[in-house]
Amino acid sequence: MSTTVKPVNQRAWWLILPVVICVAFSAVLPLMTVVNYSVQDIFGPERRVFVGTEWFASVLRDEELHGALLRQLGFSLSVLVVEIPLGIALALAMPAQGWKSSAVLVLVALSLLIPWNVVGTIWQIYGRADIGLLGATLDKLGIDYSYTGDATDAWLTVLAMDVWHWTPLVALLAFAGLRSIPDAYYQAARIDGASKFAVFRYIQLPKMRGVLMIAVLLRFMDSFMIYTEPFVLTGGGPGNSTTFLSQFLTQKAVGQFDLGPAAAFSLIYFLIILLLCFVLYNWMQRVGTGNQEAGHG
Amino acid sequence: MARIDLDLAHSYLPDPKGEEDFALLPLKMSFEDGGAYALLGPSGCGKSTMLNVISGLLRPSQGQVRFDGQDVTALSPQQRNIAQVFQFPVIYDTMTVAQNLAFPLRNRKVPAERIKARVGQIAEMLELSGQLNQRAAGLAADAKQKISLGRGLVREDVAAVLFDEPLTVIDPHLKWQLRRKLKQIHHELKLTLVYVTHDQVEALTFADQVVVMTRGKAVQVGSAEELFERPTHTFVGNFIGSPGMNFLPGRCDGKQVEIDGGQLPLPAGHAVPVGEIKLGVRPEYVTLAEPQAGGALRCTVAQVQDVGTHLLLTAHAGAHPVKARLAPSTVLPSVGEPVWLQLMTDHTCFYKDEALV
Repeated sequence: MSTTVKPVNQRAWWLILPVVICVAFSAVLPLMTVVNYSVQDIFGPERRVFVGTEWFASVLRDEELHGALLRQLGFSLSVLVVEIPLGIALALAMPAQGWKSSAVLVLVALSLLIPWNVVGTIWQIYGRADIGLLGATLDKLGIDYSYTGDATDAWLTVLAMDVWHWTPLVALLAFAGLRSIPDAYYQAARIDGASKFAVFRYIQLPKMRGVLMIAVLLRFMDSFMIYTEPFVLTGGGPGNSTTFLSQFLTQKAVGQFDLGPAAAFSLIYFLIILLLCFVLYNWMQRVGTGNQEAGHG
Repeated sequence: MARIDLDLAHSYLPDPKGEEDFALLPLKMSFEDGGAYALLGPSGCGKSTMLNVISGLLRPSQGQVRFDGQDVTALSPQQRNIAQVFQFPVIYDTMTVAQNLAFPLRNRKVPAERIKARVGQIAEMLELSGQLNQRAAGLAADAKQKISLGRGLVREDVAAVLFDEPLTVIDPHLKWQLRRKLKQIHHELKLTLVYVTHDQVEALTFADQVVVMTRGKAVQVGSAEELFERPTHTFVGNFIGSPGMNFLPGRCDGKQVEIDGGQLPLPAGHAVPVGEIKLGVRPEYVTLAEPQAGGALRCTVAQVQDVGTHLLLTAHAGAHPVKARLAPSTVLPSVGEPVWLQLMTDHTCFYKDEALV
């Protein structure tokens, strides 16, 4: 027997048992329940039929779902396109130190402390043409605005609400990234004669890569699962113009009690998020590093 | 390239009162065009402050900075045309080595073919030619610091290149190489270089003129030899050399010095004021003497260390330690035994109120 063989102690498995149990109850079992529903047609507690991939096939052919998926993709994309640059701009404009910095940090973080349904309610009132500040102002300016009547207005209001609610998160992350850049970089850039834009392009942006990746992933996942705010504000309407994926799913599962298709759709929903996050993560790992091979780490 | 004159003081406090409030006490100093200077001193002595004042990153609270006689106190580093290299390598992660080196030139709208030629030349000097098209982000610390150095040296028209302890993060064996490279580059490019360090070996090997600083004051400016042979202040004697100069307090009556009960006659040609003085002698110049020999002092052996190349003797004259560097073959009395040490040599210095007389 060679002396390089490590001692084997099978009792070490006991150490990971608590984690296995936790994960089993919090993630694996619920997920398997969903899988269970997705392959059966359940008529009552005693009567169930195994239907295989039938629900998946029917869900994938559902025109309404295609609509919701497209709306969802459009919404998440808009959220990223607006919130990420806006958050970076905010972070760059925030004072770096002193009491002003602390005061601004608190101010910026305020909207993050408000519960989702309250955010929806705030904007519901804010946008009303009779008593809401935004609605009444637009009305006075002669702009025909109604988030309950016009699909574009509703969609823009939901987007504005999300931007108002979540841009501060991006700003705080970007701010943290900016603060972690050592002073020597700025001094070196000054000595090298770099313009403000060059400092942003070659120092600040590359150094923020890590936090921006987190910001993009968080905002993507969150906006892709958005439910409460549009539910409170527009209820998915007018028509189904602001019915996003999770609301569509809720209508199916809770409203119509179609547990089979809803479960099948949940799994597809989950896989879509997983896939898109994977693609985004890998793209952001590689962008700007000039590394053309698949980049992990 | 420029001659730099400083006549200033700096305090980080808005309303400085005593001496201790100043990071730089009022000083006057000149750096000649094309010279290699080192600012040497312990941490917190004000050497980095002085460097930042020269570069323009910091505006002195009083006085002026002049380049070639022109007042540049209010100008930015860019306007002063200064290059500076920092303690930790600063590189632009998303650029290649060549783009990093070209960055200061590109910002100044130098024509592309001139940039290419100059970057090639600097890369050649720093032995970076093989890595020009590589991403700077993936390189080792010493290669990154070479890029920082290169960005400092790439502009031909700079007034001066300033180094703020640039070799701190470099491995010892590479330090030697880089220091030699810097010296060689200084000869080739004839730039004014100012180099901040707390490592005396680095300062003495790199610079023609070393500025020794302590507590916001430049106590002596001189060549390595001057600092070693004639320290003008006890601080310099102590700081330069390993171990530092021996200092023994005594009384002088004009002809001889009384130290710890022993009467040592002054060597010829030394005019030493009457009264309390300090005798300073380098461990390198202390030798063994016959008992009762003129200029020798009776001490007690406290410790003998064999450092390989020489023996390091620590003896006590009363309460004061005397160190001596002796040839490895020297036979010494054992610990606790008396030993006579010759202190009065041509290299012996005398200090009154910590200043050379």
